Amino acid sequence: MTEHSLNSNVTRRGFLRIIGWGSFFVTLGILIGGTMRFLFPRVLFERPSTFKAGFPHEFDRKDRADENGVFEVYEKWKDEHSACLVREKNRIYAVHVKCTHLGCTPNWFADDRIFKCPCHGSQFHSNGVNFAGPAPRPLDRFGISIADDGMIVVDKSRVYTSKDFDKRGAYLNV
Amino acid sequence: MIEKFWNKLTGSQLCKSIFRHGYEDTTRNRALQVRSNVFLHLHPVSVPEHAFKIRFTWCMGGITFFLFLVEAFTGVFLMFYYHPIPEFAYHDMKYLEFDIPFGIILRNIHRWAAHLMVFTIILHMLRVFLTGSYKPPREFNWVVGVVLIVLTFLLSFTGYLLPWDQLSYWAITVATNMMGAAPFIGHEGPFSVVNKYNDIRFVVLGSTEIGTNALLRFYVMHIIVLPAAAIIFMAVHFWRIRKDGGISGPL
Ligand code: FES
Repeated sequence: MTEHSLNSNVTRRGFLRIIGWGSFFVTLGILIGGTMRFLFPRVLFERPSTFKAGFPHEFDRKDRADENGVFEVYEKWKDEHSACLVREKNRIYAVHVKCTHLGCTPNWFADDRIFKCPCHGSQFHSNGVNFAGPAPRPLDRFGISIADDGMIVVDKSRVYTSKDFDKRGAYLNV
Repeated sequence: MIEKFWNKLTGSQLCKSIFRHGYEDTTRNRALQVRSNVFLHLHPVSVPEHAFKIRFTWCMGGITFFLFLVEAFTGVFLMFYYHPIPEFAYHDMKYLEFDIPFGIILRNIHRWAAHLMVFTIILHMLRVFLTGSYKPPREFNWVVGVVLIVLTFLLSFTGYLLPWDQLSYWAITVATNMMGAAPFIGHEGPFSVVNKYNDIRFVVLGSTEIGTNALLRFYVMHIIVLPAAAIIFMAVHFWRIRKDGGISGPL
């Protein structure tokens, strides 16, 4: 290609070269772009993001609260939905049982009333607040509400971090 | 202007290290292209005496290459029984270990050779560093070597998920969540420009969680993409050894 601008004096050879290389790079670009896009599927077969967790009266207060004001931690949905429902005096919330360090699943130790992460040893109180290990913040909480049929619905697509714990939708008044 | 940029690009050390000759149609250039091509140089024409000074080279590069061959060989055999599907993967591993004739030795060779390969490639790099063998004219080969060590780590990493046991599952959980925290391309990282459906973690897992897609992706990377890349870079690595004056020896 000559150093002059296109319309002044492009030789036949130069013109063909531009066309040739141009179409080569355009094709290459489409190929690379298409390959990239190929790696992002449009439909995912993942578990639904909401689940029903029974009626509020099933979470009636047990005898006594622990020092964090938690009466009971319900583990029933932990394996399937990685959520634990937590009952406080006047409210219920759904804790996302996913370590805020690097995402392992902490175990609930009912006797000590703490969550412990097996990966690097983070520990959380029964209300999900971190007190030991590398975890930088309390366990997140899922959106929670009451469905038309009166059942509790946990919406895993709505995630509340600790600064939003008092927002509406992060807990259920009972 | 394009011309200038092009000349600067093709004249740069980086470009000259990768593409040694232009496509200029002269007799000399054509001769050079043949004389310096990869395939004619995978095996040395002659072996210099100093190549046998094992105390200098430790033969670590050679051993690493040998271990790669072991991995490729045993890996193909493992593929006869392994299904990269969550319901099967763990049981296939157990099946291999307890029911398939010689399965346990195959799997263990594959596993230990992988560990050893990481070890020997690090020692190789250490040796090259300590003997100063990364200096010109071998500086390009050092770069190729760095690519190869990264590929080795990636091969180990992708192989780690395949047994689909607790160790691998949580190791990959942690590692891919770290990817999610990468700057720009991770959805939880600083300056993030993506969400959890199009960040780097998503590409690696093929999903937002570790499941069927993730296992399959790791498998495909492990058995074809990364080994193919490693073979290409190894070929270039060996070719550069020949072209940079043979294996490095004591001065
Ligand atoms: S992932 Fe839980 S402590 Fe690191």
